Amino acid sequence: MSDRKEKYKKVAYYHGCALEGTAQPYNTSTRAIAKKLDLELVDIENWNCCGAMEVKNVDPEIQTYLSSRVMSLAHNNMGQDVVMAPCNGCYHNLKKAEYDIAHKEKSREVVEKISAKADHPAYEAGQVETIHALDWIKFGYGEEELKAKIKGGLKGLKVANYYGCMYTRPRHIFPEKDQGGDSESTSKPHYMDDLLEIAGAVNVEFPLKTACCGGAHTLSDSDTSTKLVLNILQAAEAAGADVIATECPTCHSGLEMHQIRALKRMSAQTNVKIIYFTQLLGLAMGLSPRKVGIHENVSNAIPMLKEMKIA
Amino acid sequence: MRSVADIGKALDAPLPEGDPAAAALFLLHSGEEILEHWLSAHDKIPTDELKEGFRILALHRQGAKGDPSFNACRETARELVYHYNLIVLDPDHEDTPNRLAMMRLVANHLYLFVSGKMEVAGLGEFCCSSKPIRLNSV
Repeated sequence: MSDRKEKYKKVAYYHGCALEGTAQPYNTSTRAIAKKLDLELVDIENWNCCGAMEVKNVDPEIQTYLSSRVMSLAHNNMGQDVVMAPCNGCYHNLKKAEYDIAHKEKSREVVEKISAKADHPAYEAGQVETIHALDWIKFGYGEEELKAKIKGGLKGLKVANYYGCMYTRPRHIFPEKDQGGDSESTSKPHYMDDLLEIAGAVNVEFPLKTACCGGAHTLSDSDTSTKLVLNILQAAEAAGADVIATECPTCHSGLEMHQIRALKRMSAQTNVKIIYFTQLLGLAMGLSPRKVGIHENVSNAIPMLKEMKIA
Repeated sequence: MRSVADIGKALDAPLPEGDPAAAALFLLHSGEEILEHWLSAHDKIPTDELKEGFRILALHRQGAKGDPSFNACRETARELVYHYNLIVLDPDHEDTPNRLAMMRLVANHLYLFVSGKMEVAGLGEFCCSSKPIRLNSV
């Protein structure tokens, strides 16, 4: 058994706030997959917000502390050395906190000071490894093993894999990426492509896989967000995709909401469906659409999935 | 140099027909112009240098210096170069019309991203490398 397979078999699960709200189907499908693959997710008790975008804009050191507390809980309270965060925002912020604590004296001072005040051990760099759901499945279960789990598969479903901006940027907080071999690429990420290909999808060439979805401005400048999303949807359709696979709750919600808004405000109709990659993997393994929360998506993919005999 | 709005309008219009290489060059130049606007708005003189043989990559590098959130369009700029190369190296390829259509969408994304950032710069940077712009007021 490989090192990572052993290490990722049981992980501290930090789903964050989005997966309890708008991204509930991502949570549902992640848990369903874990069960199917016999991977253990241990919820972090008494978790807090990672600092998201809002706190970071007010005081980045507070965001570092908030993320560090999550990692401290995993290490000190649960004895876990791996935190799995499926949300790109959480994943990004925990990785950023890890980097800052390892490299910035000021970050360490703030974390130690607030941790002491909050009466819990301060997180120290290197105590846990933060991974994304993509790492978790790719290495915690293994690609060869995943092949054996596919039942029915995705039957040539054409997929544009959309990673969004936070999974790979900024590059320096992801020292394990761009290392060649089986490491992830920050300029052309491929882990989701790899997993969905195993599941029977045909990945289309999609040049906007890390492009901005306008998520941060969805309320302050909705029109810009709608135009950015519409462009992504149109590019996916031009690439021949039936589905855009997502792994970020902010991107996913943005694509779903602005697809509707583009139709209402700009009379621009697009038909490509938006589905979390964990939902697609679950379907490929023979789980029912309900089990992976397809009915909870805004983007109604059920007729298309039925027509293709995937659901 | 065209205005930002004029670049947007030109990207919405049908591409010139008959010469794929010229159309690809038009899209590449549109991308360069968008980045020139970004740099000018930040009191920088857009470079005429090339990076990996392309000015657009040098312009992006210049724009991202000290502003890591601008890296969010790094791949978009690189995809423009990639599509440009595909089209110019083999303009008679059967996929050229599709490649041009995709290149137009990529150029449009760069335009939307940069023009959006220029409009709402006071509201905060994009999330990937959020800049603490309100730090001075707290």
